Amino acid sequence: MKKRSHILALFGDFHEATITLAALRESSIPGFSMRDVTLKSPIDHPECSEALGPRPVYIQVFSLLGALLGSGLGFLGIASAQANFLRQARGGFPIVPIPPDMVITYELFILGSVFFTITACFIIWRIHRVKTDLYDVQISLDKIGILVEAEPEAIRRLREIFTAHHALEISESG
Amino acid sequence: MIDVQEERDVTIERRFEPKAQDIDDEISWAQINVDVLRSLERPRLLYWVIFFGSLALFMYGVYCEVYQYNTGLGTADLQNPQVWGLYIATFIFWIGMSHSGTLLSAILLIMHADWRKPIYRFAEAMTTFSLMTAGLFVLVHLGRLWQFYYVVAYPSERWTWPNFSSPLVWDCTAIGSYLTTSVIFLFFGMIPDLAICRDNASGYRRTFYRLLSMGWRGTDRQWSNFRVTYLTLACLLIPLAVSVHSIVATDFAVSQQPGWHTTSFPPYFVAGALYSGCAAIITLFIVLRYTFRFEHYMTIPILEKLCKLTFAISMVWTYLNLIEYASVWYGTDPVAKQALIYRATGTYAGWWWAMNLLGSVLPFTLTWKRLRTNIPIMLVVSLLLNFGMWTERFMIVTPTFAHGYYPWTWTEGWWPNWVQVGIILGSFGWFTMLFMLFCKIFPSVSMYEVKEMVYHRRKARKTLNSLRPSPDP
Repeated sequence: MKKRSHILALFGDFHEATITLAALRESSIPGFSMRDVTLKSPIDHPECSEALGPRPVYIQVFSLLGALLGSGLGFLGIASAQANFLRQARGGFPIVPIPPDMVITYELFILGSVFFTITACFIIWRIHRVKTDLYDVQISLDKIGILVEAEPEAIRRLREIFTAHHALEISESG
Repeated sequence: MIDVQEERDVTIERRFEPKAQDIDDEISWAQINVDVLRSLERPRLLYWVIFFGSLALFMYGVYCEVYQYNTGLGTADLQNPQVWGLYIATFIFWIGMSHSGTLLSAILLIMHADWRKPIYRFAEAMTTFSLMTAGLFVLVHLGRLWQFYYVVAYPSERWTWPNFSSPLVWDCTAIGSYLTTSVIFLFFGMIPDLAICRDNASGYRRTFYRLLSMGWRGTDRQWSNFRVTYLTLACLLIPLAVSVHSIVATDFAVSQQPGWHTTSFPPYFVAGALYSGCAAIITLFIVLRYTFRFEHYMTIPILEKLCKLTFAISMVWTYLNLIEYASVWYGTDPVAKQALIYRATGTYAGWWWAMNLLGSVLPFTLTWKRLRTNIPIMLVVSLLLNFGMWTERFMIVTPTFAHGYYPWTWTEGWWPNWVQVGIILGSFGWFTMLFMLFCKIFPSVSMYEVKEMVYHRRKARKTLNSLRPSPDP
């Protein structure tokens, strides 16, 4: 696999960052793709993210999966415990009483969904990754960063675009 | 035609009239970081007074608990028919207190209520610590702590499964789920702020915040997934929070005790929980505002909104309270009616009237702008509202046991002794101590959300200014 380099440009506001993203999209630099552009910002900015193109979020699928598993396994767990412990059975009462079991199933439905949602989010964030990409502490303060991963030949042209759009700071790695 | 034109001009002018801002939108993002991070460094002297005061209370509570543990539950004057005493009343109080934080935060998040942003963090922390405090009362009331694991569902050689049809087991599951979810919701919402702490800290603190910030870099993928996850958690939390206090109410409602066997108990408990939680948020708002110098974030317009919300919830609670009285009064159970009369005229009449006055009449002070913008008055009112709500729980538990179905079990004039009172005070100390520790270690105002709030308000103001009609030449 060809070695790739990183370049990070910092901007003072979202407007400049959005214009720069539009310029990157329109440029046809060899060895560069919009999929490898990452926006880093101190707050969420959907309008700016739109300039990056569609990046779907699949978290809800995991929430649904967790809810189904949580409720299914929860109900089965309680029901099997009740069915195994026949000494608790009383005359006239069902061994597995559905209405009271539904209450616990409901709680486990939510708990399962919560666990799956949060776990999926952390996996998507790639928190398990040891190596971190280019970052500047000013991003958590008040600057907006555009990080691009590209082939080394493309870096010079990318730097020119960033400079033309008044980037405050530019740093490279790799 | 002229009238229509004039009316339009008046409407446009009114639109541009200066309104009280929730937060000053001229404040810079860097300043927000500085102000909030300063709260992790140098609080006012009052912080230490509250912290060590609560530590002392907690230690006294521990002493009382150890004494009770060594001597037996009888030393706390818990005997038939007063088997629950203050412990379960205070357990309900803490469960109720836990409601407003996370539940209100989640509801306001879904409704896009901007004003929640500077205050939701500490409200969510309040939920977590209230639940932890409530959980302690289950152990304290158990007496024999070493047998706690008997209530845990696991296959043992004794074949002792808990009774899954009992609301007490549902309670255990619901509270456990709510505590877990609340902690996750609190922690997850804090991740971008923990990254800010990481970027500004050094030494062991940097390592601590780096581990907790879960590799946050503020990337667009992280933000979009963060938003969806946070919203999903909020949606999951709302039904969970409602179920928790409904189930606590079911503990009472499914029993045969006079005064408890009513179908309105679950909504009544949920409304009471929201009410006491809102009052507690006002108290903590005022304390944090002064202690950490958060005057620019915890502003008077936000306090006003909180007061209005508390008033609205207090009226819901009052309505449900009246419904409960009416259903007992016009119902067919003469003993339940006797229990109600006993509450109003018997040994605990003073407490019952205090509950009604503090819970239903005092909230009207929140409707007066002059009062609700006066911080010392609001501190006193919020504390009294909370006292009223604690009294409500005391009135649910104790008079019913004191005046049950059988006259030979009546215990007129029963009053908790020093062991119970000590443990109750200790719980307040424990809660306050944990809460103050949290505020010293973690940012109690959400920096990134306040930045968003400032950014969007500034942008909206600019748009409105550009729409403003130019003055006539």
